[in-house]
Amino acid sequence: MMRHRWRKFVNALMFGITALCALASVCVLFWILGYLVWNGGRALDLDFFTQLPKPPGETGGGMANAVIGSGQIILVAALIGVPIGFLGGVYLAEFGSGTVPFLIRYTADLLNGVPSIVIGIFAYTLVVVPAKHFSAFAGGVALSIILIPTTLRTTEQFLRAVPQTLREGALALGASKWQAVATVVVPAAIRGVSTGIILGIARIAGETAPLLFTSFSNRYWGTSLNQPTASLPVMIFTYAISPYADWHRQAWAAALLLLAAMLLLNIAARLALSRGSYQRT
Amino acid sequence: MAGAFSLPERGINEPKRRSFLDRLRSADQLAHVLTMVFAAAILLVVVLLVFELFRNSGESRSKFGWEFFFTSQWDPVAGKFGALPFIYGTLVTSAVALLIAVPLGLGAAVFLAELAPPRVSDALTFVIELLAAVPSVIYGLLAVFALVPLLRDPIQPFLNRTLGFLPLFQGPSYGVGYLAAGVILAIMVVPFVISISRESLLAVPNEQREAALALGATRWESTWYVVVPYARLGIVGSVFLALARALGETMAVTMVIGNTPQIAGSLFAPGYSIAAVIANEFTEATGDLHISALVELGLALFLLTIVINGVARLLVLATTRRGTTHP
Repeated sequence: MMRHRWRKFVNALMFGITALCALASVCVLFWILGYLVWNGGRALDLDFFTQLPKPPGETGGGMANAVIGSGQIILVAALIGVPIGFLGGVYLAEFGSGTVPFLIRYTADLLNGVPSIVIGIFAYTLVVVPAKHFSAFAGGVALSIILIPTTLRTTEQFLRAVPQTLREGALALGASKWQAVATVVVPAAIRGVSTGIILGIARIAGETAPLLFTSFSNRYWGTSLNQPTASLPVMIFTYAISPYADWHRQAWAAALLLLAAMLLLNIAARLALSRGSYQRT
Repeated sequence: MAGAFSLPERGINEPKRRSFLDRLRSADQLAHVLTMVFAAAILLVVVLLVFELFRNSGESRSKFGWEFFFTSQWDPVAGKFGALPFIYGTLVTSAVALLIAVPLGLGAAVFLAELAPPRVSDALTFVIELLAAVPSVIYGLLAVFALVPLLRDPIQPFLNRTLGFLPLFQGPSYGVGYLAAGVILAIMVVPFVISISRESLLAVPNEQREAALALGATRWESTWYVVVPYARLGIVGSVFLALARALGETMAVTMVIGNTPQIAGSLFAPGYSIAAVIANEFTEATGDLHISALVELGLALFLLTIVINGVARLLVLATTRRGTTHP
């Protein structure tokens, strides 16, 4: 009887302890949100979106060029990374079989785990060294290398979730393989695939380390993709470790903006996924 | 197939139709080859990555050899480069991170996968997934302005008073240092430990739980003696994945580790990590040898994380049978 009670007690105790672990992990998000809204909310104003950064030590100014710069870099990354990742994913799901696809999958997973700073070095040697200067383009290349494996794998997973019967139906109607893929399978999975791509883009939007020595930074408007370009994450980094209180204030504002964009994209993507679309396997 | 396609116009149009269909067939081949080229691009990227890192670290490798990893003097002005302080800093901060993150993450994963009511579990899992999406520079920002002051005043003096007999918790508390970097890393990797361990636990067949419960086990006993051992490979895999992430994490560590190339026994002391020194010195490197040494650090980091990731993927694969290979 004692022993029975003891076991019940352990059961309840461990339930409590593990629940506390989960609660503590979840609270971190609210801690982050609270801190950023509190510090960033006060700092975010119109100047932030319309003004260029002021020289070190002066108060005021904004990060308008970094907001645009981030957009440019992400656009370049998406233009390179999405087509490669998407078509590669189509190959893995629809055409490939045997060792080569396994190798590609495994490589994609490994590339996904490579520290982003190493990707930065790679883009530096690949683009910055031959061109002899930092550029938004180099930053875009670095981020696209991070985007490719995630796009590849999510595309593959969502295409695989499309029921085999749809493919067979298309083939039975006389469609060739690629017609079946292009007109039936991909449209059926497009919601999941595009959501996955958006999540991938949201992830690279916050990457800092690969941009430090590819797109670098710029106090002025970037007029072309061939120039050093400011980006929000790099600005947060430089402003946060600077000794100026006003720069700290702006770092909070930029961080709030970045986090808000990130959370909205993530929540929207997951909501879009939860209704409709074949769930990935 | 062809018959159904061209039934109405059979006769006059037949030769033209056939060539069109043939073209479609060869288009199949074309689509196959085209998509394969794009998929193979990823192999090319990795090969090129290794090649470039290897080529650009040549100067440092030929000058220092293996000594590079075992000497601790880092002096760009004198042209002396030894990587030991960075390796030490990377390993110590990652170890601190895992010591905190693994028990916490495992407990949370067990709760979410086994014990919590489904509705609660879904909501919490959603929040955990959002946490994994927070950029590391934001963690760094919070670490600088929220964590470091907290460590400097109440926490480090408290640890010094209670556990000060250990060399780990001695010395002045600056706030920045190995402990600050380790704690922020722990916070960053917990979501990964949770989500992958949880997946491994969920992949355990229900019969296992039912059998344990039918034998009279409590919910916890079935979890701890049956489900967790069944999923252990995946759980170990999640720890390895978290380790790889912690080793390569750059921004948050750079902002709070203190950026001092030294080897200190105390966790309160400022140090340096591989990723942090690359982030700080790459753009301001004083010469080719300096760049080359930094690239060699990058190469070492790359190989380390590749090996750990490779093992982790195989372990996770062995339990969930998803991910890298599809049945």
